Amino acid sequence: MEQLDWTGSLGTFLDPILIIAAAALLITFVAQMVTSFIWTPSVETFGAPVKRNPTDILLLIGQIALFTVMLGVLAYIIGGNLVATESKGIIERIATQLRPVWIGMALIFALSFLFKKRLGLYGKILDNKLGLIGLGIVLFWVLAAILATGVCVGEYCTTPIVTHDELQQLSGMKNKKPGWPVSGVEGEYFLLGGDKLARDVFSRVIIGSRTVLSIAPAATLFAFMVGITLGLPAGYFTGKLDTILTFIANLVLAFPVILLFYLLVTKDIVKTGIPMYLAAVLFIFPLIFIAVLLTSRFKTRPGELALYLGVSMVLGFWVYLGLAFSYDPFGLNLFSMDPNTLNIFVSVVFVNAPTVFRIVRGLVFDIKTRDYVAAAQTRGESPWYIMLWEILPNARGPLIVDFCLRIGYVTILLGTLGFFGLGISSESPDWGMTINEGRKLLSVYLHPALTPAIALMSLVLGLNFLADGLREESLRD
Amino acid sequence: MLIFLLRRFGVMLLTILCLTFIVFWLTNLSPNLERLAKTQANNRMTDEQVVTWLDARGYNRNIFVKYGEWLGIVPGWTNEINEVPSGRCIRAGVVDVPEYCGVLQGDFGFSTVSQEGVSEVIGRRLSLTGWLMLCTFLLMVPMALVVGIAAGMREGSRLDRGLSTFSIATTATPEYVSGVIFIAIFTSSAVGLKWFKGTATSAADDITFANFTLPVVTIALYGMGYIARMTRASMAEVMQSQYIRTARLKGVSFKNVVLKHALRNALIAPFTVIMLQFPFLLTGVVIVESLFNYKGFGWTLVQAAENNDVELLLGCSIIAVIVVLLTQLISDIGYVFLNPRVRVT
Repeated sequence: MEQLDWTGSLGTFLDPILIIAAAALLITFVAQMVTSFIWTPSVETFGAPVKRNPTDILLLIGQIALFTVMLGVLAYIIGGNLVATESKGIIERIATQLRPVWIGMALIFALSFLFKKRLGLYGKILDNKLGLIGLGIVLFWVLAAILATGVCVGEYCTTPIVTHDELQQLSGMKNKKPGWPVSGVEGEYFLLGGDKLARDVFSRVIIGSRTVLSIAPAATLFAFMVGITLGLPAGYFTGKLDTILTFIANLVLAFPVILLFYLLVTKDIVKTGIPMYLAAVLFIFPLIFIAVLLTSRFKTRPGELALYLGVSMVLGFWVYLGLAFSYDPFGLNLFSMDPNTLNIFVSVVFVNAPTVFRIVRGLVFDIKTRDYVAAAQTRGESPWYIMLWEILPNARGPLIVDFCLRIGYVTILLGTLGFFGLGISSESPDWGMTINEGRKLLSVYLHPALTPAIALMSLVLGLNFLADGLREESLRD
Repeated sequence: MLIFLLRRFGVMLLTILCLTFIVFWLTNLSPNLERLAKTQANNRMTDEQVVTWLDARGYNRNIFVKYGEWLGIVPGWTNEINEVPSGRCIRAGVVDVPEYCGVLQGDFGFSTVSQEGVSEVIGRRLSLTGWLMLCTFLLMVPMALVVGIAAGMREGSRLDRGLSTFSIATTATPEYVSGVIFIAIFTSSAVGLKWFKGTATSAADDITFANFTLPVVTIALYGMGYIARMTRASMAEVMQSQYIRTARLKGVSFKNVVLKHALRNALIAPFTVIMLQFPFLLTGVVIVESLFNYKGFGWTLVQAAENNDVELLLGCSIIAVIVVLLTQLISDIGYVFLNPRVRVT
């Protein structure tokens, strides 16, 4: 068998079109930025004839080029799935492997557009070009992580995206170029080449997204819980409490992140139990948050309060004991975390919580001077009710935006940890670690390091675009 | 103002004390000390040998006493094994052994990895990183300000869209991604451009365009996006203010409005951001120095952390913390000078 080309039969006519369109897009984009100094785009007015200036013409060409590029990419995705297997190149094969992801994305987008009006802020994102692109990229990686090895619903299973096991080493595939056929197996290829231990780069990158996407959003959520639970009273009550909490927050922030990671996220530190104690402290905050949230709401209705509080606390403590101490009173061990993962998780929460604390505190300072807070105070509402049910909902805009940005930042942090080989087992397909392994041979073999690098960049870029779209749309209200 | 400064210095001192104690405590945890013993003496030591090794060097004592010794407020520990005196303050070739030897006496201790005094190691490494930071700031700050001002002067224009997308893209590309991409494109034989060098080791002796460009660009690119976005926000806000509208209505040209009226007020906010960018760049420096093998401060920090070189790590953390706190202080004071509407209370 021969090595695959980047593009197969589709490429013969799609490639030139795509290259020309992409070049046109880039040139017009730069040209527009230059010409917009001289001519601002003219505004269409009904009835009056519009005199077109060069910026307008460039704008038109740019839009056509963008449309062509998008059509070309779509043609590769759809066409790649349809053409005969023998005439497929690397890109068409990857498009075929990712088929479950495309179907999932198409379904989600179709449903979102159908019910756009009812979806609130999420619906508005669909009107924002940058936000839409961001959402698409994030959705792609989320679906890829979920469907990586195939998901079964009853009898029907989706085809797995990965072509090989992420740890399997195949002889003769060491550092092979993208599209290299697997020796001895007909019709199997290493689509994006092999790494220095002869493992499939494509499968490792897809599986690697699981590590990131299982830790980053959850860690960010916990950091927000800690930051909100402490930031609300600090900003509302001020005084001594605020001084002490701010000092502690600044203390953590003054710590160079990388030094903290080197001290906290080592394999030996698990023996001392520090991650466990840290987890015990940090994981209690979501429980406090929920308890206070319910108590302040249902204070006047003790019956409902007892029910909700009872159910949520029993469930909460069950998860808490499982996560922090790997202890399960029912012996099911549903919620346990591997000590190394717990260590990483806790350190990431610990580093991010102070920043969230400062943001929340600043927002509370601003919002507590509003009239509706004064009204609630006059009504005689308890301070915690005002904080959680008056101030917090009104601070949601900036918090949602920061949540998206922070997931991206945590992804970068996790990559940094992997890059320095901290806390993760050396076989795991974590992106940061794969980049670090690949960089040693970078002058000869590009693909082992470049593939995870681009994957990580695209995910963070998608999250940042999404955050920017959310910011624009939430400011528009 | 004086009271403000004194209070700030007080808080700074307290922060440094707390942080160094935390670092001290973490590096003196038993698994870390065990690793230190094994890397320093023999990798296959038994547990008992580790204990005797640590005992002989005074590691297995009360942490507060050890921290006090390091600070220089408790007399240095001494010991005699086989009639050879050893101790904290005893160095080869020094006859007059001082009683106290800690940070207060100007002695930052002894690095176990490089077998040298910590102040000498850090001093040398810090000057190398100083050059890297200087070049980075010379590239990053003007670039970020130009991008931010150009984007913010006409909010929502094509130029703004383009430049904002560019700044978002740079903040989404951490150093270990952009560095790898740059090395792949500009230095590898697989692409074949070979414009620059993939390592900056030689830059320690002689900084050239070929060996220093990529590390500088890698750090600057990740750092500039954030400054540019803040500058854009500040510029956009200023451009909407009343006095700019008045100037426009009086017939001042757009160029003059931007350069003479808006620019000065728009640069107040980015100043704070630029100052606060220093500590943020520290992680980037560590990554880039390891990636390009440039033996500066970040590289030293990694070496010290990997070998659990307690006193070198403490020295590094003091420097890092001082940089963070000083830049915060400068940004606060500078803000007052730049913006007369704000008063220090």
